[in-house]
Amino acid sequence: MGSDGGPVIPNFGHGDSCVTGDHTFCWGWVQDHWGDTLGPALWQHVELTVIAVVIGFAIAFPLALLAHRYRRLEQPFGALSALVYTVPSLALFQILVPFTGITWTTVEIALVGYTLVILFPNIVTGLRSAPDEVIEAARGMGLTRLQVLMRVELPLALPAIVGGLRIAVVSTVAIATIAATLLPKGLGYPIFLALKEPTPFKTEIYSAGLLSIALAIGADLLLVALRRVAVPWTRAAR
Amino acid sequence: MIVADAANLHTFVEAFRFIGDNPHFLLTKTLEQIELSGAALGIALLAALPLGVVLGHFHRGSGIAIGASIVGRGLPSIVLIAAFLTILGIGFVNNMVALAVLGSGPILTNAYDAVAGVDRDTVEAARGMGMTRAQILGRVELPLAIPLLFTGIRVAAVTIVATAPIAAIAGGGGLGDIIVNQASYRLEGVLGASFCVMALSAVVFVGLAGLQFAVTPRGLRSTSLGEVPTRKEQL
Repeated sequence: MGSDGGPVIPNFGHGDSCVTGDHTFCWGWVQDHWGDTLGPALWQHVELTVIAVVIGFAIAFPLALLAHRYRRLEQPFGALSALVYTVPSLALFQILVPFTGITWTTVEIALVGYTLVILFPNIVTGLRSAPDEVIEAARGMGLTRLQVLMRVELPLALPAIVGGLRIAVVSTVAIATIAATLLPKGLGYPIFLALKEPTPFKTEIYSAGLLSIALAIGADLLLVALRRVAVPWTRAAR
Repeated sequence: MIVADAANLHTFVEAFRFIGDNPHFLLTKTLEQIELSGAALGIALLAALPLGVVLGHFHRGSGIAIGASIVGRGLPSIVLIAAFLTILGIGFVNNMVALAVLGSGPILTNAYDAVAGVDRDTVEAARGMGMTRAQILGRVELPLAIPLLFTGIRVAAVTIVATAPIAAIAGGGGLGDIIVNQASYRLEGVLGASFCVMALSAVVFVGLAGLQFAVTPRGLRSTSLGEVPTRKEQL
């Protein structure tokens, strides 16, 4: 594919032969457009993800404590969250539009919904993981319910909670790319732009795609490191 | 929380009117989407299920299983679709392959976990009774693996059906065509199609839950169909 006679690629940057010819990967384009396209998109993606996971955790944690305390609540919560899980992100973003408009809020509500679905069952499972004998022993030593929760159940639940956070972060990074169907934000947006061209612009697809994958892996590694600090006793078990 | 005003809620009424006015069009689009999803799920099953079961039986390649789970969750669908599009071109095949890759993640991981996770003592007992490898796999490991294994298939099916609309961005057809084309169908059309997409994935989810219950050996049946299937992280 040359610039003569081949498909016309609209003006991406300076239009050197690599870009106009839509070669597999144009490092020059990435350098030229880091400042105006890729960099901001990456930052927006981080913002979308962090806000969603933090809010999701802030909601899921008390709910999980409730479900742990009152076991009867777990089934309804679980069924509800399973239902949310089946709602396709593309549809959920649109369905929220009449309520919150084409806004950052709409995107975050949807993303928070998906993190809840992942975090809630993981936290509940974690809280359950304390063996009965351990809890009996703690009670026998005269610990109150609250003390058992704070000193026995929560520390033992930490690995599962961090595990849930890992899945939530990685999934949110993936789902946030779809947010670009609604808002021109995040790493999904450059990909959508590239797909809208008469011939999809490869460099833009690959660079934004690789960035989103790198972001997911980076966030995951960060949480693994966090777990090492928070729960050093599981290191030997691995 | 922002409260929707009457004008906004009216859009929902319009959306249902859109569904009522265009049943044929929506049905065609839904069928397109089912065709794409079905083909993708079929390929994912053929590729990932035997591999996961065999790897699980021999307790080999847990790295592959973990990697597959990361692919299933962490790879943004749009990145997969766009990347395959640059290789395979716009159209059905590209989307089918991308969705199949997405779906093989949970199938492979769960098939591996399910078979490899069967109680060692049970397998030893079966071997002690003189069962061959094939008999152990067919009569002990697979029946015990069915709940978890089928959960993987269910997750894959829902993932594929829920992701298929995104394929519309890459010329995949289906209900996504309407959702990503607000200029032609306006918000009510977009919402109407979104409701159809939701209904379709809910039907797949519930239908497969029922099927799962039916194929699970009686002794292994649990009552909770609403549990969210997530891969247990290695602690």
